[in-house]
Amino acid sequence: MMPDLGKYAVPVLGSYAVAIGLIAAIVALSIWRSRRMKRALDAVEARAGRK
Amino acid sequence: MSLWEYANPKKFMQTATRVLPVVSVLAAICMVGGLVWGFFFTPDDYKQGATVKIIFIHVPAAMMAINVWGMMLVTSLVWIVRRHHVSALAARAAAPLGMTFTLIALVTGALWGQPMWGTWWEWDPRLTSFLILFLFYLGYVALWQAVENPDTAADLTSVLCIVGSVFAALSRYAVKFWNQGLHQDSTIMKVGEKDPLDPAYYWPLIVCIAGFILTFVALVLLRTVTEIRARRLAVLTARERLA
Repeated sequence: MMPDLGKYAVPVLGSYAVAIGLIAAIVALSIWRSRRMKRALDAVEARAGRK
Repeated sequence: MSLWEYANPKKFMQTATRVLPVVSVLAAICMVGGLVWGFFFTPDDYKQGATVKIIFIHVPAAMMAINVWGMMLVTSLVWIVRRHHVSALAARAAAPLGMTFTLIALVTGALWGQPMWGTWWEWDPRLTSFLILFLFYLGYVALWQAVENPDTAADLTSVLCIVGSVFAALSRYAVKFWNQGLHQDSTIMKVGEKDPLDPAYYWPLIVCIAGFILTFVALVLLRTVTEIRARRLAVLTARERLA
């Protein structure tokens, strides 16, 4: 299944690892911040609604 | 229905929340499908060997690096001319994504360049203008963080975005302007020219480009909604403190 990358294994695998790692990181960070902000806003709006 | 309806944060959030799941699924399918196709099911190039597989990351990332700045330029101009907050927040939301794509393009370019050109880096017009574009992204993100008043931050970053657009354009056309250096001109999607790439590489590359575009769209929608919430949270918190 794994293609034979020969002497270019390091640059090819390195490129895929860096790209997938960075994209996964920005996706995770975006989702985490989105959830945190929604929770915080819901809490403040609930407090504002009770007053 | 007018496009300006989406300048209303509520309308923007309703639409974004509705389309986000569809765009996210399409993005995941294209991104995973394109990368798996490109990595596992494409042959080695007769000259470049297995390094040709880097094209499926490097080219879409580089295209996005420039085009994201273009999107930020449009939304910044909308902010300057019409003062729509959503457009300023969309530019803010897009910047870290563009910065990530630029970093991917720079790193994968270096990893590809070493075995093919014999060097990780060269002060070549395209490489240098890309590095400057990356520094502009860094400055843009830092400026948003540094200025406390959000409207002032939007004004200043919009001006920075307009200035940086010169380098975004240079990144795209540097090879044509100077016609020197190691980096070649674009291989595909040249207006009025037939793409010379073999179909074995062309189609997985197109799927990867679609994956990168859709991933950007999904993330920029999510992040813009987050920025709108953050702005509202700041207003409500300030109101609570005053009460």
